[in-house]
Amino acid sequence: MDGELTLQDKKDLDKFIKFFALKTVQVIVQARLGEKICTRSSSSPTGSDWFNLAIKDIPEVTHEAKKALAGQLPGIGRSMCVEISLKTSEGDSMELETWCLEMNEKCDKEIKVSYTVYNRLSLLLKSLLAITRVTPAYKLSRKQGHDYVILYRIYFGEVQLNGLGEGFQTVRVGMVGTPVGTITLSCAYRTNLAFMSGRQLERTPPIMGIIIDHFVDRPYSGSSPLHPCNYRATGEDDAGTFPSVEDSQEVCTTSFSTSPPSQCVFTVSKTHFQTPRPVVMDTLKVPLLGLTFTNQMIVPSKEGGIPVLPLHPAPGTQADHDRMPLCNLTDMNQHVAATPSSSGETELLSKSSEGKSGTPQDTLETTFTRKVGAFVNKPTNQVIAANMDLPFAVFASKIVESEDTDVMVNPPDSPTLESPLHASLHSDQSSGSSGLTQDEFVMVELKPAFSKDDFLPMDLGTFYREFQNPPQLSSLSIDISAQSMAEDLDSLPEKLAIYEKNMEEFDAFVDTLQ
Amino acid sequence: MNCRSQTLELTVEARQIEETVLAVLHTVLLHRSSGKFHYKKEGTYSIGTVGTEDVDCDFVDCTYVRVSSDELDRTLRRSVGEFKDALRNSGSDGSGQISLEFYQKKKSRWPFSDECIPWEVWAFKLNVVNLANEQERQICREKVGEKLGEKIINIIEVMNRHEYLPKMPTQSEVDNVFDTGLRDVQPYLYKISYQITDSLGTSVSTTMRRLIKDTLAL
Repeated sequence: MDGELTLQDKKDLDKFIKFFALKTVQVIVQARLGEKICTRSSSSPTGSDWFNLAIKDIPEVTHEAKKALAGQLPGIGRSMCVEISLKTSEGDSMELETWCLEMNEKCDKEIKVSYTVYNRLSLLLKSLLAITRVTPAYKLSRKQGHDYVILYRIYFGEVQLNGLGEGFQTVRVGMVGTPVGTITLSCAYRTNLAFMSGRQLERTPPIMGIIIDHFVDRPYSGSSPLHPCNYRATGEDDAGTFPSVEDSQEVCTTSFSTSPPSQCVFTVSKTHFQTPRPVVMDTLKVPLLGLTFTNQMIVPSKEGGIPVLPLHPAPGTQADHDRMPLCNLTDMNQHVAATPSSSGETELLSKSSEGKSGTPQDTLETTFTRKVGAFVNKPTNQVIAANMDLPFAVFASKIVESEDTDVMVNPPDSPTLESPLHASLHSDQSSGSSGLTQDEFVMVELKPAFSKDDFLPMDLGTFYREFQNPPQLSSLSIDISAQSMAEDLDSLPEKLAIYEKNMEEFDAFVDTLQ
Repeated sequence: MNCRSQTLELTVEARQIEETVLAVLHTVLLHRSSGKFHYKKEGTYSIGTVGTEDVDCDFVDCTYVRVSSDELDRTLRRSVGEFKDALRNSGSDGSGQISLEFYQKKKSRWPFSDECIPWEVWAFKLNVVNLANEQERQICREKVGEKLGEKIINIIEVMNRHEYLPKMPTQSEVDNVFDTGLRDVQPYLYKISYQITDSLGTSVSTTMRRLIKDTLAL
């Protein structure tokens, strides 16, 4: 057999590379949504799971990826990159990592496209799944929410790593040789988390060190205009949603042969695929609601798809505008619900929800589970000392997370306030102060050498406040002392008589002391 | 054929044993599991779909990905649990090694039993330490999380070298290469064994070698 690629092999290889690129983008973006991902194994091939892996397709992400590719394939000198960045509520942004799908000139002419290349691409996708949970941006993305969001941008062409700062690290996910070149997948990630604006971000742990005033002005208070995107995300019309891309989705029906390699059978049928979005969305409802950015609006789509809608979808140059936010509506609503002062934002969110989706409840449904991060409000775990009448009640029921060094936690409340959360998070937050009226200090991250994680897990501030006003000793109360005085006076003559009777005994005792 | 062997080593606290071992085993098995084979006529077969699931560790600052198969997870947890108990019973500050071995069965003629030929062995050595206070445990949690992430990257690097893999078997020989007993996925045939070393560095008198998977399926 000669080393030249047959037409069928070339066609198959192009298809593999194309769908590998699309699946790569899906894996990376889904890993930065901030939620745990879970897909089901299926013993029977469904025909729509490329590379025999259950990787859901978020339509907007696919659309963005296809738009970036613009009909081309990753090749030699043409790399596909997915850039992940972080944007804070103040508008600071920082690139965190760049995933690169490249091809070099090293060819493997002998390799079998329809079998070996396919299986190795499948293995590479599995590696990508594992490694996306290990890079530093994963932990940041799991804790995104009010204070910052994670964005993604897909571009095609030359790899740009300048935004990663000095000393960025590179990790290679893997390589697959093909007859036309070697596909490599790698990730370059930032190690220096200092903001460009000069704001310092501690590296380990990356979130804990941020001292961001919790009570800053809400950045999304409606100052920036909300612009709808120039295309609808999902829901309206499957066929006409993405006119610039292929109308049909190609289905992968794979069958392999155990016969000698020359008889490998691999069929890829191109069928007009009515994208089963309701099915996909049932198991992967990822309502993403980004916060309002300048010139961008992110709305939950009708079916809860990813509402990634930049105002100016010009690729390459305007990086900020092209970045898509990844955030979870459910968490946002949970967070918003716990902070009543953010009613403005709640309204904004609910309005956008109502406007764009017929059933807001459906959009909130998600199969993801989430661990609450450091900066996301944790309403269920707040210890509200104000509600405890007993001075030592705090010992009885205290829910404390050992890793709770949350700088952003609502400050502990004074005992007199009934609803301390409401009082402390008053809507006038322009000063950026703690907002407390009675307590003068703001809860900061304290690691005292004492009173820490003893048998009574209590933080220093609460301890101090609780014991500032201890109850009066019962023996010092006036009533009791008055009673004992009267009794003493009555019994005095008897005692004197006893002492006189035993006078000799007392004198002997005194003698022994000398 | 030479069996390639990889060794990973980590120092952990006792309560981190289970999660770190599971993270490593699941990461390896993610790469060594396929969908279920469905053989058709004319010698062709199709492959089922493998789902994945993120698992957050409670005592380690790390998340790993495993194959979505509860059966596989239960099997691994059983063997990891035994390893953990043996390690804890050996006393404080001990060490142990748990091995995951992939093998092929080679049919032998009667009266000889089938031969198990390993083609890849992953050895994970754990050194267990005891920590004095919560602050040290918190630091350990983060450090072990980082180290575990490095181990996962090491595993991925080895996996993507594309070294020897058993060739795809015919329907009659699939049980010699794959574990077809699970309902939803099909890992390569594997067995797990472990060895405990006490704090003195010597093997315990009865070196325990527990075979979790029965190789003979007659």
